[in-house]
Amino acid sequence: MSTFLGIPRRREADDEPFGPLPHPHEPLRWGESFPRAAKAALGNTQLRRNLAHATTTIRDKRARVVAEVPDWEALRDAGSAVKQQVLAELPELLARLEQSVTERGGVVHWARDADEANRIVAQIAEAKGADEVVKIKSMATQEIGLNEALAARGIAAIETDLAELIVQLADDMPSHFLVPAIHRNRTEIRDIFLARMAGAPADLSDAPRELATAAREHLRRKFLSAKVAVSGANFGVADTGTVAVVESEGNGRMCLTLPETLVTVMGIEKLVPTFTDLEVFLQLLPRSSTGERMNPYTSLWTGVTPGDGPQEFHLILLDNGRTKVLEDEVGRAALHCIRCSACLNVCPVYERVGGHAYGSVYPGPIGAILTPQLTGPSGAQSAGHDDPNASLPFASTLCGACYEVCPVKIDIPSILVDLRARAVDADRGRLVDPVAAAMKAASWAMSDAGRFAGAERAAALTHRVGGKDHVVRRLPYPGSLWTGSRDLPVPASRSFRRWWADRKESE
Amino acid sequence: MRIALAATCIADTLFPAAPQAVVRLLERLGHEVVFPAGQTCCGQMHVNTGYVAEAVPVIRNHVRTFAPVADGEWDAVVIPSGSCTGSVRHQQAMVARRVGLDELAATAEAVAARTFELSELLVDVLGVTDVGAWFPHRVTYHPTCHSLRMVHVGDRPLRLLREVEGLDLVELPAAETCCGFGGTFAFKNADVSGAMLADKTANVRATAADVLTAGDMSCLMHIGGGLSRQRSGVRALHLAEILASTREDPTPLPAATFSEMTTA
Repeated sequence: MSTFLGIPRRREADDEPFGPLPHPHEPLRWGESFPRAAKAALGNTQLRRNLAHATTTIRDKRARVVAEVPDWEALRDAGSAVKQQVLAELPELLARLEQSVTERGGVVHWARDADEANRIVAQIAEAKGADEVVKIKSMATQEIGLNEALAARGIAAIETDLAELIVQLADDMPSHFLVPAIHRNRTEIRDIFLARMAGAPADLSDAPRELATAAREHLRRKFLSAKVAVSGANFGVADTGTVAVVESEGNGRMCLTLPETLVTVMGIEKLVPTFTDLEVFLQLLPRSSTGERMNPYTSLWTGVTPGDGPQEFHLILLDNGRTKVLEDEVGRAALHCIRCSACLNVCPVYERVGGHAYGSVYPGPIGAILTPQLTGPSGAQSAGHDDPNASLPFASTLCGACYEVCPVKIDIPSILVDLRARAVDADRGRLVDPVAAAMKAASWAMSDAGRFAGAERAAALTHRVGGKDHVVRRLPYPGSLWTGSRDLPVPASRSFRRWWADRKESE
Repeated sequence: MRIALAATCIADTLFPAAPQAVVRLLERLGHEVVFPAGQTCCGQMHVNTGYVAEAVPVIRNHVRTFAPVADGEWDAVVIPSGSCTGSVRHQQAMVARRVGLDELAATAEAVAARTFELSELLVDVLGVTDVGAWFPHRVTYHPTCHSLRMVHVGDRPLRLLREVEGLDLVELPAAETCCGFGGTFAFKNADVSGAMLADKTANVRATAADVLTAGDMSCLMHIGGGLSRQRSGVRALHLAEILASTREDPTPLPAATFSEMTTA
């Protein structure tokens, strides 16, 4: 069951230096399982260096500014409570939001899936005669593959966030929510600009200031000519109909104020009930994401204001699997996510493989619980081993660093474990599954001390193979998965249990 | 105090020197240690790998074995592992409840309430940080993820180590980063696990410590396995092995990475 989203872009010969990835047909299912994609990513030395540097920097910054807030834990509790309320009252709150937006002169659209949302955006742009739209960085539009869908209808979507522009120019895919070009360094960015950005000065250096200036000049022309802007939403306030976007570069403010028509694509879980709820999230979000006390630009707009800003405002409320996630008691907490990316920055797995290995526009720990739920057959099921996304819940050591930093306290490790159980259950009944067989055997032995002691006595017989270092250095597959990187200690010649029994006997 | 020892399946089978050290340590401090013979494993491996149905009988066995602590038969249960303690506290009752075994869940909670990780038992329950240990070696401490973020042992192990006579405690860079073990993660994502391990062992070696210690033999098996492969000379000892060491009865540095069982 694959949903076709837009035209898969044919890769040209000159894509090579920039695009390590073919553009996926499905933004949430790129096609390779995590272990395979991760292996490839680990081979990219430059990527690992960039990621280690970038994630360590952001992580330390976040830790510093969070430590300044005396009521941080209370804020997290409040954020979590508001999101729980939103999910519990979602239908009522959405209806209230629709009413508030409509009363203030906006138009609300409902999109069940990516195709519907893309069609609505395209129809609005076409009605305005626009063959170009400017975009504010948005995960929702990444999730639905909006740019590709618009391109298929002859409409160019211009990304105006600097990092997103880099990704777009390179025909690449984002690898992080907040810093989608985290896998690039400035030399690579210079090369991308020179090759792909019209009007880039020929003597462009890799100095950040020069790169930013070149992008600014390029984008300024687009801001001034665009008739339609497309944004996502960080928050939508049910009571007032206010929509909020937080950003750092000011490109969002340009998109939200200059073009005549504004289209916002918002996931239905992005709601907050009242305007005052924003006070919680506007404290949690910038400190968690960029490690700033306050983000440089916070734009709030409510419907249409005559003579000021866009004179036509469309709000597209996107489901695309979210109600399915909501059905699940455990997994639904993934919908609390405010896309801060703190969990990516602290994740030791993400730090080493980057975002592309997760095979979804939602990478990292939150991606590992969100992607398989959004794309799975239903909230409580898993597609099993045939679906590359079924490998995502296993892409974690369960170290818990993500849960510790999550500003809305999503217990990601517990949800990962729950999703693992579903992936295992989906595969039950396969003819040959050595892992399942081993797990069953272990369960049998470990359910009874007599059987376990017997297994220990048998294991102790292998003690001799460890030699004088008591380790095995090389094993055939699947033991080689361990011994490829590490020695394996052999079982002791006498278990603790035996030692204890012998000791009691000799007393 | 009468203290029941949950040795953990991995230490029972592979690293008996660790639970032996717990016995030495607690008996030296004047407590009685009991080893309930019915014990096997806490069920964590099955739960974390997604085999919930297979985990249930293992959990049931653990809960039944240690249920007497809830009736006062023993004063506490000690586990020389943050990870297994976390499993007892945060997983067993949850799993039992999910499969509709409410009575088992309630007993699991009662057992969990009297179950302590080793450093918790020493510092919080027995009220000691100076256990009278002597260990004249350079040591670095890896705070395992579940000790740190699931059980929240905080600096208890470090406070215990700082009181050990002769011990030269050296800080591990990026100590709180996971070593890459993650149970079956080491197999299912062997490449990523290996990359994480490479960074962890590099940090351990940068300390020039003779001994790496931690509160979990599972993580030590992983990091120690890497240190052994690299012929680094660094020894991997459980926290209990260091705390059990005295001038009269010293824990020797093993000839290879991991301790051999003591014969006493």
